[in-house]
Amino acid sequence: MHVNTIRTQRTAGKMVANEPLWFRILLISLCYLIATVLIIVPLIYVFVQAFADGFSGWWKNLFEDAETRHSVFLTLMVVPLAVIVNTVCGVAAAWTLTKFRFPGRTFLMTALDLPFAVSPVVAGLMFVLLYNVRTGYFAPVLNYLDIKIIFAWPGIVLATMFVTMPFVARELIPLMQALGDDEELAAVSLGASPWQIFWRVTLPNIKWGLLFGIIQCNARAIGEFGAVYVVSGRIERETYTMALRVEKLFQDYNNPGSYAVASVLTLMALSTLIAKVMLERMVAASMNEATHKTGEHS
Amino acid sequence: MSISVQNLSKRFGDFVALKNISLEVPSDSLTALLGPSGSGKTTLLRIISGLETADEGSILFKEEDVTERSARDREVGFVFQHYALFRHMTVFENIAFGMRVRNAPKPEVRERVNELLHLVRLEGLGQRYPSELSGGQRQRVALARALAVKPRMLLLDEPFGALDAKVRQELRTWLRKLHEEMHVTTVFVTHDQEEAFEMADQVVVMSQGHIEQTGTPQAVFDNPATSFVMDFLGNVNVFHGRVKSGRVEMGPFNLQYDDYQHDEPRNATAYVRPHELDIDRAPSQASLQGTIKQINPAGSVLKVRVAVEEFGVDLNIDVTHYRAKSLDLKLNDKVYVHPRSVRVFMPEPDYVI
Repeated sequence: MHVNTIRTQRTAGKMVANEPLWFRILLISLCYLIATVLIIVPLIYVFVQAFADGFSGWWKNLFEDAETRHSVFLTLMVVPLAVIVNTVCGVAAAWTLTKFRFPGRTFLMTALDLPFAVSPVVAGLMFVLLYNVRTGYFAPVLNYLDIKIIFAWPGIVLATMFVTMPFVARELIPLMQALGDDEELAAVSLGASPWQIFWRVTLPNIKWGLLFGIIQCNARAIGEFGAVYVVSGRIERETYTMALRVEKLFQDYNNPGSYAVASVLTLMALSTLIAKVMLERMVAASMNEATHKTGEHS
Repeated sequence: MSISVQNLSKRFGDFVALKNISLEVPSDSLTALLGPSGSGKTTLLRIISGLETADEGSILFKEEDVTERSARDREVGFVFQHYALFRHMTVFENIAFGMRVRNAPKPEVRERVNELLHLVRLEGLGQRYPSELSGGQRQRVALARALAVKPRMLLLDEPFGALDAKVRQELRTWLRKLHEEMHVTTVFVTHDQEEAFEMADQVVVMSQGHIEQTGTPQAVFDNPATSFVMDFLGNVNVFHGRVKSGRVEMGPFNLQYDDYQHDEPRNATAYVRPHELDIDRAPSQASLQGTIKQINPAGSVLKVRVAVEEFGVDLNIDVTHYRAKSLDLKLNDKVYVHPRSVRVFMPEPDYVI
């Protein structure tokens, strides 16, 4: 009898369905409670606070404050730069690590994950130590070329790049490993140049994964705080990104201003999330279609 | 375009994939590289195509040395084992790819692709994606794609390996006919001896990185050069014995063997193919008595297994349906078996005389 019950549960694939009702209600309520307290309430509260003085107040806080305006501009400049560089490097890294076998390959693979493991503050500090113009290791070179990295926007780009570097490559490496290099070899034998192979064969095959990696990289770059905080030096109208600006306004007891900027960041995050979900659906749909059609014709 | 492979060697780390291979592929011929997995046949094919580079040796197309030339410039049509079709392109674009990367004018591309779709009998499927095709159709697209750029030769890696038996049979016949129409030097790799023998003009049997034998299917089948070839080309019955003074003694059989006239006996192995054993009700000279243990129909013959108790061996014998009927063969019948021909291989002696 007992054995029989277990078998039924297995075939049904729903062990939970056989738990007592009160237990199920308890578990589900707990999930909702946690989601509400940790995610939903704060999310709504950001917008409630941001629009406390109505839309005009929100608008004023955002765009009539010159410093806030500059922080929006800085973020919109830094993030695309970091994302573009990371996309190019990420594709190159994934290509190198999957298509070639060379000594130190495993080490490079592991090193690629380092930015996820290292605290962003430590990363920021490392950049300060290396690139500051007085005691940094590269100070002579930087002084000679008259380039300022730390406490200036290049430092912010560097720090953002470091923190968001793994996203694209990590998304592409498993994908490219699964794809193999047969199609590229076929293209070679058909006379294609390396450049043609990349644009016509490799890129179309990895485009969804690449887009996914870029979206994630972008989201993280917009919100980056720790590493940027250290390297920026927090100079008004020079090195305040939006994330830093939120904190600054909050410290100055300017809650409406702080929440207004925070709401924009949140909106950006939400649109990223929506883009990600939509992308997942599109990929799933196109794959479903393919398998469906294969079933019909084979 | 003839292909000439000269003293080719290739290693992967400690593994020797090819050792000092030399091979001539005549112009317009259909050549099969036949061997078990790990024999180096695919490596050889890839080196000819330029997708792999050799450690030593050279490759000549006609008189021209192409060893240093990249796969891109060798103008070789290569068909991959798993087709390697571009999955995000339609059948049409797959076939057009080679012409597109050479910037061929559009009308010319369209004309050539349609011509090829007709050739591989896939008219009307140009706008499909590879995932929407059956295995046999994908195989033909791969072939059309390779042919689109008018290659100097066609190289196929296990072309029918991933297909089921019936489709494979159809495609073999079709490819053989196609080859006769096109006159393109073709080399294909296979581990299936039946496939090699059915299609090829020339069979190259390979094992462990070297060539065991090269010749027409008939020559290779009738006169296997080595015991490996004999063993690899289908079922054989193996007898161990020795040779001495122009005779070979294999347990019950004592037959004439002119190739060894010394008095000093030497170990030897004799191979007899199932169709070279004859079955009879009455004993004859040099025959063995045994009991029929199994009778299975296999196409045009019956496969009969006879247990010879005296020597503790099982013999596999191919008997024609006609012969089986006239002898009225049944399970557990006592029968006599004698060989019509025997092939003897002497292992290389351990010492030099």
